[in-house]
Amino acid sequence: MTTTTSEKQAAWEPAEVKAELLARYPAKVARKRSRQILINEALENTTPEITANVRTTPGIITMRGCTYAGCKGVVLGPSRDIVNITHGPIGCGFYSWLTRRNQTDAGPDGENYMPYCFSTDMQESDIIFGGEKKLTAAIQEAYDLFHPRAIAVFATCPVGLIGDDIHTVAKKMKEKFGDCNVFAFSCEGYKGVSQSADHHIANNQLFRHIVGENDSPREGGFKINLLGEYNIGGDGFEIDRIFRKCGITCLATYSGNSTYDQFASSHLADLNAVMCHRSINYVADMLETRFGIPWIKVNFIGVHATAKSLRKIARYFGDRELSDRVEEVIAEEMPEVEKVMAEVRPRTEGKTAMLFVGGSRAHHYQELFAEMGMKTIAAGYEFAHRDDYEGRQVLPGLEVDADSRNIEEIRVEPDPDRFRPRKSEKELRQLTESGLAFKEYEGMIPDMEKNTLVIDDLNQYEAEKLVEMMRPDIFCAGIKEKYSIQKLGVPMKQLHSYDSGGPYAGFRGAVNFYREIDRLVNSRVWSYMKAPWQVNPQLSATYQWE
Amino acid sequence: MLLRHTPKEITDRAALTINPAKTCQPIGAMYAALGIHGCLPHSHGSQGCCAYHRSTLTRHYKEPISAATSSFTEGASVFGGQANLLQAIDNIFSVYDPEVIAVHTTCLSETIGDDLKQIRIKAEKEGKIPAGKTVLGANTPSYVGSHVTGFSSMVKSMAGLVEPTGRKNGRVNIIPGWVEPCDMEELKRLMDLIGVKFIMFPDTSGVLNGPLSGEYAMFPEGGVTVRELRAAGDSIGTLALGEWCSADAARWLDARHKVPCSVLDMPFGLAATDRFIDTLRTIAGVNIPEQVAHERGQLVDMISDMHQYFYRRKVALAGDPDQLISMTEFLVSLDMCPVHIVTGTPGKRFEERIREITGEAPCPVNVRAGGDLFLLHQWIKNEPVDLLIGNTYCKYIARDEDIPLVRWGFPILDRQGHQYFPTVGYRGGLRILEKILGVLLYRQDRDAPEKSFELVM
Repeated sequence: MTTTTSEKQAAWEPAEVKAELLARYPAKVARKRSRQILINEALENTTPEITANVRTTPGIITMRGCTYAGCKGVVLGPSRDIVNITHGPIGCGFYSWLTRRNQTDAGPDGENYMPYCFSTDMQESDIIFGGEKKLTAAIQEAYDLFHPRAIAVFATCPVGLIGDDIHTVAKKMKEKFGDCNVFAFSCEGYKGVSQSADHHIANNQLFRHIVGENDSPREGGFKINLLGEYNIGGDGFEIDRIFRKCGITCLATYSGNSTYDQFASSHLADLNAVMCHRSINYVADMLETRFGIPWIKVNFIGVHATAKSLRKIARYFGDRELSDRVEEVIAEEMPEVEKVMAEVRPRTEGKTAMLFVGGSRAHHYQELFAEMGMKTIAAGYEFAHRDDYEGRQVLPGLEVDADSRNIEEIRVEPDPDRFRPRKSEKELRQLTESGLAFKEYEGMIPDMEKNTLVIDDLNQYEAEKLVEMMRPDIFCAGIKEKYSIQKLGVPMKQLHSYDSGGPYAGFRGAVNFYREIDRLVNSRVWSYMKAPWQVNPQLSATYQWE
Repeated sequence: MLLRHTPKEITDRAALTINPAKTCQPIGAMYAALGIHGCLPHSHGSQGCCAYHRSTLTRHYKEPISAATSSFTEGASVFGGQANLLQAIDNIFSVYDPEVIAVHTTCLSETIGDDLKQIRIKAEKEGKIPAGKTVLGANTPSYVGSHVTGFSSMVKSMAGLVEPTGRKNGRVNIIPGWVEPCDMEELKRLMDLIGVKFIMFPDTSGVLNGPLSGEYAMFPEGGVTVRELRAAGDSIGTLALGEWCSADAARWLDARHKVPCSVLDMPFGLAATDRFIDTLRTIAGVNIPEQVAHERGQLVDMISDMHQYFYRRKVALAGDPDQLISMTEFLVSLDMCPVHIVTGTPGKRFEERIREITGEAPCPVNVRAGGDLFLLHQWIKNEPVDLLIGNTYCKYIARDEDIPLVRWGFPILDRQGHQYFPTVGYRGGLRILEKILGVLLYRQDRDAPEKSFELVM
């Protein structure tokens, strides 16, 4: 623990690091991986191209999960008043039960199924003779026990293989009940190449079965939806607090602490603010096409990003009172944040971080580290696509490969009665000219410094190599990666579920994060690795007892 | 209330499992495989299975869990996973260089009918398995049994590696079952103390309770070696601890290779430990050292000292069959009243064993194999208890019903100690009592009126 930061940075060259990462792979694997490992070089007006959203090579210890995890675990998991039934053997439901730290407030209606795990627990006979009968009975039993607002069904791998028609079962049960919406997700784990495929599947079904179901007017001014915020560690609660303070009404959060009715009336909002571009941009696009609600990219991770996002929302509404209120809120909140920032910064300045997480967080969290004077020297996503790295301008040129082709694209048309452009063409043009970008995400790479490393779908072997060679002061990924990194004597922060703690979003979240990272990178524990006799193993003389 | 939608009234459920008291087979196979030295478990299925199992084991142990996956895509699911597994074996030996790859199947690869044995033979023929390295496999479809039977299947596959020479080696095979790494350590300590030479498999001690030293070894020192497993065919006998976890492997060795076996309950609590130690004595023909009797005496001493706090206290338990059988017996021996007992693992034999053990009990007993925590909670609402013993998921019931909870079983995601402090053997029995007394007496202190608040308890 005597290595200083400057020594560490001098110790590696990006090209050498890349070569070393690839050295041990069989030739075919090395070729593939070399396209997913990119040295960020400033090219003439273009962002370097990376390969992403491609299959993980079998046998390589990946960080990725599956399609079911993306759908049931991530997108629908945090919706509190929907009974989410996993149709499959018991494991999938069990592992996605309460493990993501989505905080939930049961609200005045008291409906909260988050602490429950519902499964059809398919047995061998169901695999042989089909599971539709059992699914039908399970839906009935759930309805009889709870009378929920909605029941959702999630398919696991064998369901697709044996051909259970879960959508027909759901439709029949919905018709039978009359007062309970039942819908299903074909989110078998083998679909796509990562969790990402199922974000798309989840988005489609949410849009098809819930969005627009409730037309009763919603109270409040400056109505928006917050898309792609999952309330891990209470992030969504902090953002809600800020919105309330500013006078912004958030109709629906997709999907932290969400309810059926929030989704059902989200088409009444006037703006969609997109946090996690990867997991939810499909819904944003569909809401725009069908109902005329524009979307902008926001980020509430980092105080500067938070302030910028609030200002973007205010500018969109073009209301003086709202703009003033937003400025007041920022001015009110900043002193406490700046106080803590100033307090920790002498201890974190110049330290280095690596971020390998998610489809947005590896980008968003660079903001917070920068606020602490820390540099991100390597980053990458677990399941993002090229647009999340390079920006949405690459979208038209993206090739649709065999794995993506199987994921349904819904064709959405403007709603004959309810399509209502929130802004005229002229207003949108003016806003765009004034710097408010609609449907725009520039991706992670442009925000990273030259000669940093951008690595897609990092695996355990590469993570270990990176840490050994580049010795970052902190490494961020998920639970599976946590302890192998820490065994190397480098602190590891989970940025999927945050280990413990949070929120890290918004103003108060930033304060929590500064303190947490200060605690981790300056912890004394990293100096305890060696015992005295290991530090000085040579016995030069024996101790003389007096 | 966290489980606010759970009604007191119990209705039959035939199709819907709510709040399971089990998980699927592959995670058990993965845990068992981690108890082989130099072994990389491999999940033959889609990525999510492996990610979920690694995450759960990591959260339970706070240790790195390395395991690979065949990363099935839709194509593999249609055309079969052979190509994926062959490629995986090749990549794993090139990149991670383990001694052993222990492959287990999933519901996906089982439903499409991949034949592990045939794929392994093909891998051998194609030279994908380097000389001296081992690939073994276990069938663990998630739609059969539970995590417990998956563990058992992988243990049986480990037994399949034996290469009997015909010359007995004077050792005893010991199959500890799904217990914690520290429990395996404690069993080894007892056998060393008694002077029994043994081969223990699996053995996760030293693998899943490792130190922090600034160095990361993907394959730590611990685990049973392939060489030891080969020698297990020459052992004088096999002691299998736990009918559900360990008996299959032991009986197979008996039937196939004439290695006689005894199947015992897991040595949790006084009587089960007595039987374990006494069996060791007879099969190895040794005298039990005074130290062991001393440890036993300490356990009996604490039971006697604290009996008033145990007597007639009602207990609800959730967990796995082998553990619950021994724990129920222990509780009965303390004069406690286990009144609700649930395992998610199927098997009527479990209910029969619990009925036998609680036959003389003064309270009616609810027992269910293939049950879930929702049912357990409903039973508790109808017949309240003084203590709940189970995994971390039980804390939702414990909080809602305000019942002291002793965390014991798998997974434990919110407390520490289970990796380090054993609950097997007499010393382990002391720890179980310490934990039970801790929560019961804390509760008594918390609830006591000021005038009867006790200093000495």
